[in-house]
Amino acid sequence: MTGNIFYWIVFILTSLAAVFAAVMVITRRNPIHSAMFLILNFLCIAVLYLLLNSQFIAIIQVMIYAGAIMMLVIFVIMLLSVEEEERRRKIPVPLAKMLGMVLVFILFAQLIVGVAVRALPGEQGEFTPERIAELGDIKTIAGLLFTKFLFPFELASIILLVGIIGAVILSKKER
Amino acid sequence: MIELVWLIPLFPAIGFLFNGLIGKWLDLDKRIVGSVACLALGLSFLFSILIFFSLLKLPPEARAAVPDKVLFDWIVSGDFKTVIGYKVDPLSIVMALVVSGVSFFIHIYSVGYMHDDPGFTRYFAYLNLFVFMMLTLVLANNFLLMFVGWEGVGLCSYLLIGFWFDRDAPANAGKKAFVVNRVGDFGFLLGIFLIFANLGTLGFNEVFAKAPFLDTATATIITLMLFVGAAGKSAQIPLYVWLPDAMEGPTPVSSLIHAATMVTSGVYMIARCHLLYSMAPISMAVVAIVGAATALYAASMGLLQFDIKRVLAYSTISQLGYMFLAVGVGAFSAGIFHLMTHAFFKGLLFLGAGSVMHAMSGELDMRRMGGIWKRTPITFLTFLMATLAIAGIPGFSGFFSKDEILWQAFSSSHGHVYLWAVGAVAAGLTAFYMFRLFFTTFLGRCRASEEVQKHIHESPPIMTIPLMVLALLSVIGGYVGIPHILGGRNFFHEFLAPVLGGLPEGTGHTAFSLVRPAFAGAGAAVGSGVNMELLLMGVSVAIAIIGISIAFYLYIWKTEVPKRLGERFKTIYTIVFNKYYVDEIYDACFVNSTKKLGTFLWRRFDDGVVDRSVNLVADLMLWLASVLRRIQTGYVQNYALGIILGAVIIIIFLIR
Amino acid sequence: MPPSVTPLYFFIVSALIFAIGAVGVLIRRNAIVVFMCIEMMLSAVNLSFIAAAHYLNSLDGVLMVFFVMTVAAAEAAIGLAIFVLLFRGRKTIRMDEINLLKW
Repeated sequence: MTGNIFYWIVFILTSLAAVFAAVMVITRRNPIHSAMFLILNFLCIAVLYLLLNSQFIAIIQVMIYAGAIMMLVIFVIMLLSVEEEERRRKIPVPLAKMLGMVLVFILFAQLIVGVAVRALPGEQGEFTPERIAELGDIKTIAGLLFTKFLFPFELASIILLVGIIGAVILSKKER
Repeated sequence: MIELVWLIPLFPAIGFLFNGLIGKWLDLDKRIVGSVACLALGLSFLFSILIFFSLLKLPPEARAAVPDKVLFDWIVSGDFKTVIGYKVDPLSIVMALVVSGVSFFIHIYSVGYMHDDPGFTRYFAYLNLFVFMMLTLVLANNFLLMFVGWEGVGLCSYLLIGFWFDRDAPANAGKKAFVVNRVGDFGFLLGIFLIFANLGTLGFNEVFAKAPFLDTATATIITLMLFVGAAGKSAQIPLYVWLPDAMEGPTPVSSLIHAATMVTSGVYMIARCHLLYSMAPISMAVVAIVGAATALYAASMGLLQFDIKRVLAYSTISQLGYMFLAVGVGAFSAGIFHLMTHAFFKGLLFLGAGSVMHAMSGELDMRRMGGIWKRTPITFLTFLMATLAIAGIPGFSGFFSKDEILWQAFSSSHGHVYLWAVGAVAAGLTAFYMFRLFFTTFLGRCRASEEVQKHIHESPPIMTIPLMVLALLSVIGGYVGIPHILGGRNFFHEFLAPVLGGLPEGTGHTAFSLVRPAFAGAGAAVGSGVNMELLLMGVSVAIAIIGISIAFYLYIWKTEVPKRLGERFKTIYTIVFNKYYVDEIYDACFVNSTKKLGTFLWRRFDDGVVDRSVNLVADLMLWLASVLRRIQTGYVQNYALGIILGAVIIIIFLIR
Repeated sequence: MPPSVTPLYFFIVSALIFAIGAVGVLIRRNAIVVFMCIEMMLSAVNLSFIAAAHYLNSLDGVLMVFFVMTVAAAEAAIGLAIFVLLFRGRKTIRMDEINLLKW
């Protein structure tokens, strides 16, 4: 399945789109534009998830990331009435930022080297795509969630609770 | 009874704690303080007597072998073990009796003498502490405990000499005493270290059992080092300079510490180590020569001093010289005998001087006294007894002890006729200056001022009774040691014989026989031994009488002669009167350079180097902090940069 | 028949997006855009996890992503609330003007 030509075409196109969107995110002056491109990026990644046979996560990605989080971000951008970045023909890039870009480049190179040089470690699990299709994707995930990953699940719920309370308190108007 | 020996030092220790802590804190009445102090000493003395009698019950051979009373293990470290233990044998019990007995009477005297002094409680606390330390010294069964007592009496000497510390002279005298003592103690410590290094133990029994295995050179070095310590504590040449200055302290202190007890610890120590000394003839010779030289030298200085206590101080140094002369020629029991009689008459002399001062409203200068005998009869008579004793007049205690020393100096195989000669001359000088003191102070015309003369009075009984007791002892104290030649049995020597051995036989060769075989043991060569002894006895009595007569002539009969003599021999007079300028020489040679070194180390090294390096570390930290804090810029993106930098570095290690 | 799409390719994409996000964090002056770049980085990491999970036939990676998303959501809520507060106080959300926490 993965060696399929169709697979490859989708993969290449989606990857290029994702990378393109990412570059746009960081270079647009208008933050709304950046937000739009970020949504595009998330959608592309959702497609990549589909390629990887994670339908559930793809849906979740769209729902939560592209849906809830980005909506929130856009609301805040508009709320804060941010003006556009100053229009300068040439924005001089200070030394720290040059250094930062160099370091990130090195980081990227390291990551590539890390995955390319070594074989992927880890043992094969039991959930092959056929088995997942047989049991049902969401069912299996839910099953694991309540058995093997119970503790993180509870913690995550506490985090969300804290998030809710925090957001409410922080946004209260001053008296 | 003998196991209770540890109580003897304990009582004064309790007295010290009581008076020092509770007495000071509650500001107790003087009667209570005085009573506690004297009671402590009384109990000590009582127990010493009881244990003495217990010891007498044993047969003579067993007396030196009484097992030590060990209280507890003190230091246990690897192979080395030292205990807090006390030794009961004839030598230590004699010393304990002398110390506790004389101290007891001096305590009683002090209650009267120090009555008006604001530091009364402190005085008795220190005095009790001193006796505790001294008893520890004489009763200890190992070198280390003895050294504890040794140092302790040095400390108390400092405290008591500088008793009136708000004045310069006593404070400086106290310091001088302590520092000079310290020099001696250094030698003592080296001796102890050598003993331990060579024999692996410090207990007396063990050391003296193993000692015969030492070679002569080691024994010589050890004994010489120990003698340095003795010279410091017992004021011999060259470490005697502190004793005359120590007269700044209260008079009973001078009597107790600097006449009867502390200064005799050196003699005791050598007597205790007689086995070691017998193995090192060179050391014995050194001890004897230094002793004889000191006896003569100090006597010469006593001839011209005017301060009563100074004269007595030089006299003490001189008599200590005799004791060292005795032990140096191997007559250990003779040395201890003289120690005992000296404690009686010198202690009495100092107490008498205190009584005189009391009568003369604090005056100490002989030249401003005279003719007080009618108004201070008890002081006069007791002082006379003591002076006769020290001059060596037959019938008094000093005669027997001094004569035995002179005889042994002449006849012992470690002895030498020159030693005897020096001793005899010194004896003559002693008789002279003591009677000079006596005549000038008590007889003749009174040269004091009108004011003072009105107040001349005898001391209260609390002061005169100890005088009388000591006077009695000065007279009869010698009868325990009547030599065989005069028909006596010399109980003293017999009693000490199990510890100190019989008459000195020598170890086959002596230092002198190596140098001048003809003169060594001259007593054996010239005539039969018995007649020689009587002859020498007669000579020394004659010398004493000559000395007294000259004193009589100069100070009673023709009192203007001394001044003329002084003017005729002005140079010699000035040198001797200024104590041969020894103090000045020491100052120039040692004291000033040490002071300079101390100041240098203080300013340049302690302040300059040590303090500066500590400050440097602090400044370094401050500088480092001021540089490092610039990392905290406040810009989040700088921090993000840092994070990425860190990630890069870590990943380098992860993908290795 | 082209070779199969090994996980390597997905990792490369993920690393690329991650690096681009990192550059964005360092470069941009608008605080909200920086926040968005951080979300992008998180998303890229999720991609890594899923890729690994797929090729190891395991669901652990998937659940990992689940939790990452949960935390990202909570974080977004709180973070944006903080931005709002910042803007109320300082009237700006430009990174170089928010620098009071310095020595």
